[in-house]
Amino acid sequence: MSLDKATIRRVATLARIEVPDAELEATATKLSGILSWIAQLSEVNTDDVLPMSGGTDLKLPWRADVINDGGIVDKVLANAPEAQDGFFSVPKVVE
Amino acid sequence: MSYIIKGETGDWEVVIGLEVHAQVISKSKLFSGASAEFGASPNEHVSFIDAGMPGMLPVINERCVEQAVRTGLGLKAKINQRSVFARKNYFYADMPQGYQISQYDQPIVGEGTLILDMPDGATRAIGIERLHLEQDAGKSVHDLSPTKTMIDLNRSGVPLMEIVSKPDLRSPEEAGLYLKKLRSILRYLGTCDGNMEEGSMRCDANVSVRPVGSTDLRTRCEIKNVNSVRFVMMAIEHEAMRHVDVYESGGKIDQETRLYDSNKNETRTMRSKEMAHDYRYFPDPDLLPLEFDDAFVAKIKSTLPELPDDKKARFISAYGLSAYDAGVLVAEQDNALYFEEVANGRDAKLANNWVTSNLFGVLNARNVPITESPVSAKNLGRLLDLIADNTLSTRLAKEAFEIMVETGKDADTVVTERGMKQITDTGAIDAAIDQIIAANADKVEQYRAGKVQLIGWFTGQVMKATQGQAAPALCQELLKKKLEV
Repeated sequence: MSLDKATIRRVATLARIEVPDAELEATATKLSGILSWIAQLSEVNTDDVLPMSGGTDLKLPWRADVINDGGIVDKVLANAPEAQDGFFSVPKVVE
Repeated sequence: MSYIIKGETGDWEVVIGLEVHAQVISKSKLFSGASAEFGASPNEHVSFIDAGMPGMLPVINERCVEQAVRTGLGLKAKINQRSVFARKNYFYADMPQGYQISQYDQPIVGEGTLILDMPDGATRAIGIERLHLEQDAGKSVHDLSPTKTMIDLNRSGVPLMEIVSKPDLRSPEEAGLYLKKLRSILRYLGTCDGNMEEGSMRCDANVSVRPVGSTDLRTRCEIKNVNSVRFVMMAIEHEAMRHVDVYESGGKIDQETRLYDSNKNETRTMRSKEMAHDYRYFPDPDLLPLEFDDAFVAKIKSTLPELPDDKKARFISAYGLSAYDAGVLVAEQDNALYFEEVANGRDAKLANNWVTSNLFGVLNARNVPITESPVSAKNLGRLLDLIADNTLSTRLAKEAFEIMVETGKDADTVVTERGMKQITDTGAIDAAIDQIIAANADKVEQYRAGKVQLIGWFTGQVMKATQGQAAPALCQELLKKKLEV
């Protein structure tokens, strides 16, 4: 699979990663290489194999509906670049 | 009754599908142990998971799974015993993970049905496409500072059920009925409180139009953020008109998300979803597939209450009510319960009249729910007994009811205290009649000369003389006898 520069630009925008124009070509080559390496998996015949989510027999753990977390505003805000009156404070988001 | 928009080039019909986000009733969040309660101070109900801190792992809340299955059963829908959580990726300040945990191609509930109760008593089946579990985002507050947006993550991770209808709705009215019916079912089931004002039930409407007779679906627009049934109906009406105008002036509709402005009654472009729409869903690697067995579903099924459709059918057959009256009574479970207590062993139609007009009138005027009614079902039932055994005329019963509303006293006490017993003793009424006839010779003469409508006036005089306690039917009968000799 080969990715063009326009696709790289779009994916970068969606992921909020800055990729300078000068690096688009090289990034495309690198990502295409990774994709074709992964694509080798499609050579395996999986006709009668059910989709699986892992190599082990793990089940999704469930929890009871009890309140045993929260009430830690100071800790939640500890790493916030800016906070005010218990809120995270961020640059104005205009819709 | 079809809803047609008359355009310049012809008739158009509107095609509507609704996506309802219903907050699941649970104590804690979908994937964390923080409280899901509404109205705490900023970021009070937030765990590290809800704040999207690195390394934190989500763990599914069993109550939310039960509630989703319960709702699916209530919608007569297919329950998927294996479903998958997926990440829906987009950036927004109030969504700290950078993705919403939702379900994509393998939801917990599949296709179902919701029955609309049309005002003329008819019903119409609307398809349910799916129901899936997902997390809510946090809240952005824009008006606390001129340069900053404040973020409160209390809602982040709150469990939601997204319930998607098929594009089966054909008018704003049907959309309104759909929302009311869905709310009613959710409240019966106890899976969502259905409060649109507080945001525990929110609705997005997908709207398109097409020429009458056409069966293809045209480009739709999604109207977001509509927070009342009435506004949903108004927004759809407006949006459908806009589509017709665009098509008839030779334009084309772009698929987009629009916001409804209830002040101006118009919709406007919210944002270009060209980019935002690329959500790059993929199975959440932090969560294994959600699986449960038949026994889990059967156990939930055994606890389902009688739902509105079944209750309505029973009210029609057991109490002889009209489809419309039965529909009104069953919309709220508490109303239905109250009615049954009043109607039990009594004239059901009389009970229906007293509950839906007299009692509902009082409740509406006082803006209180039926559970806080000043007159209990037992007391109203007793009042109906006093009508049935002729102690009270309808008129006296209404007076007694008003006093019961004001004082909270029971019917017997009111009747005794106010001496309200209807006079059925002919002697007492005769005496009053004789007096009135003697004092109004002119009116008697007019009556005998053919002005028979004066009977109403005579009856009024007798009622006045007996402080309203003469039995009206008896009173008329005796009057006629005396006047027509």
